Amino acid sequence: MLGNPAGEGRLPNTLTDKEMHIAEGILSGPVLAAGAVLTLAGTGIGLKKLDTEKIARAGVLSACFFVASLIHVPIGPSSVHLIFNGAVGMILGWGAFPVILVALMLQAVFFQYGGITTLGVNTFIMAFPAVCCYLLFHGLIKKREIWPLIGAFATGAVSVFFSGLLVGAALFFTKEAFLNVAALVVAAHIPVMIVEGIVTLFLVMFLKRVQPEMLTGENAPRTPHERIGGAEKEVSNP
Amino acid sequence: MIREEFSFGASVMHRLDPRLKLLAATGFSIVVALSTRWMALAGALIFASVLLMFARLPVKSVGPRLFAVNAFVGLFWVMLPLSVSGSPLYSAGPVSVSLEGFALAGRLTLKSNSIVMAFMALAATSSIGALGAAMNRLRFPEKLTLLFLLTYRYLFVIQEEYERLKRAALMRGFKPKTDLHTYRTYAYWIAVLFVRASARAQRVQDAMTCRGFSGKFHTLREDEWTFRDSAWSVVLTAMVLVLVMVEWSPVSCS
Repeated sequence: MLGNPAGEGRLPNTLTDKEMHIAEGILSGPVLAAGAVLTLAGTGIGLKKLDTEKIARAGVLSACFFVASLIHVPIGPSSVHLIFNGAVGMILGWGAFPVILVALMLQAVFFQYGGITTLGVNTFIMAFPAVCCYLLFHGLIKKREIWPLIGAFATGAVSVFFSGLLVGAALFFTKEAFLNVAALVVAAHIPVMIVEGIVTLFLVMFLKRVQPEMLTGENAPRTPHERIGGAEKEVSNP
Repeated sequence: MIREEFSFGASVMHRLDPRLKLLAATGFSIVVALSTRWMALAGALIFASVLLMFARLPVKSVGPRLFAVNAFVGLFWVMLPLSVSGSPLYSAGPVSVSLEGFALAGRLTLKSNSIVMAFMALAATSSIGALGAAMNRLRFPEKLTLLFLLTYRYLFVIQEEYERLKRAALMRGFKPKTDLHTYRTYAYWIAVLFVRASARAQRVQDAMTCRGFSGKFHTLREDEWTFRDSAWSVVLTAMVLVLVMVEWSPVSCS
């Protein structure tokens, strides 16, 4: 353990750990169905864009997101775990849908947060903001000077805030009396949003410098052998 | 860090066909999620507890998981009595605590707990490999199943990589605090994880291509449908049907 108040990877059991997931048994039928349909559509698009040759890449990156989202980052006296959905979107584009769906399936089996009926809603809550942030900000990240910094921060912060709003909306559309719970959930996202913005900013800027082709949202380097091993660069055959 | 501890065991639940378990868990959770009558919800909790007992999972691990679910549900116990209008139990000025609010929170609690318990007993008692194979045989999209299995396959490799980076940071005396340095360190840490994962992904991809990977995941796993599976599928279907009848029968029993 790194000496931080909450060691990463322990079984999550506080409220802050769960704010991105709506537990089973809370939402109404129509909200669950809407979530399922939207996720089905998004996953359909994502899988279509994911060629069979890219599936191993997506799997390895998806494992990476799973591990990253278990890391606890200190914030004041407490700690939060970041979501990285903005970064997922920036690296995988529409692939964020299947990747987040799979991560949530694994989380359900490992830790039982979230389950079968909420799978659709919870995937949409995280994946839709990821795709939106990719579409909105990937242009900014390609620019120079201050723009990439703004774009990267916004990717992290906006995706989390948008996810928070979607959690709130799912609760509100289930029952209007859930409004105060929804408001509380959205408010709880604000500190996470700032930390996520800062971390995503550094993360994206690092990738932009080190491996800019990772930020294309297509999850593949341009030429197949460009980056094997990271450092050495092979000249690809014309 | 990541363990599928529930998938180990030799109970009846562990030995059932994962396809059956997956379908039963789905049917059960959908019905319970849509139920509103107290009778149906109480029945669901009883059925789920029975299934959980058959699964004989370690209490030490089941407890914290149920606690985690109830931490989220606990929020509703605090907030709903204040926001649901109805007969007030207590009121002071604009604030009134309603009975209906507590009733709603109670229903949510029953639903959440029974769904999670049934999920633990049914789905979590299968290994990921078995679930992947079951998904395949239930005609899930091939690419999705593949992504599911590959993610699981590399989860532990990436985790190992992460632990290595963590040891390196620790050796240099890194102490996480609430400051920019900490956030930058975490960001670079994860970024390095991604860069290495990406390089690894390329090698994995190349290796798979070399062996003639065509998009199909072959497995040696052979799940035989046995008499036990048939018997249990009758029991599980009956459970779900009883809940449906209690919930949607025209006679109000709650």
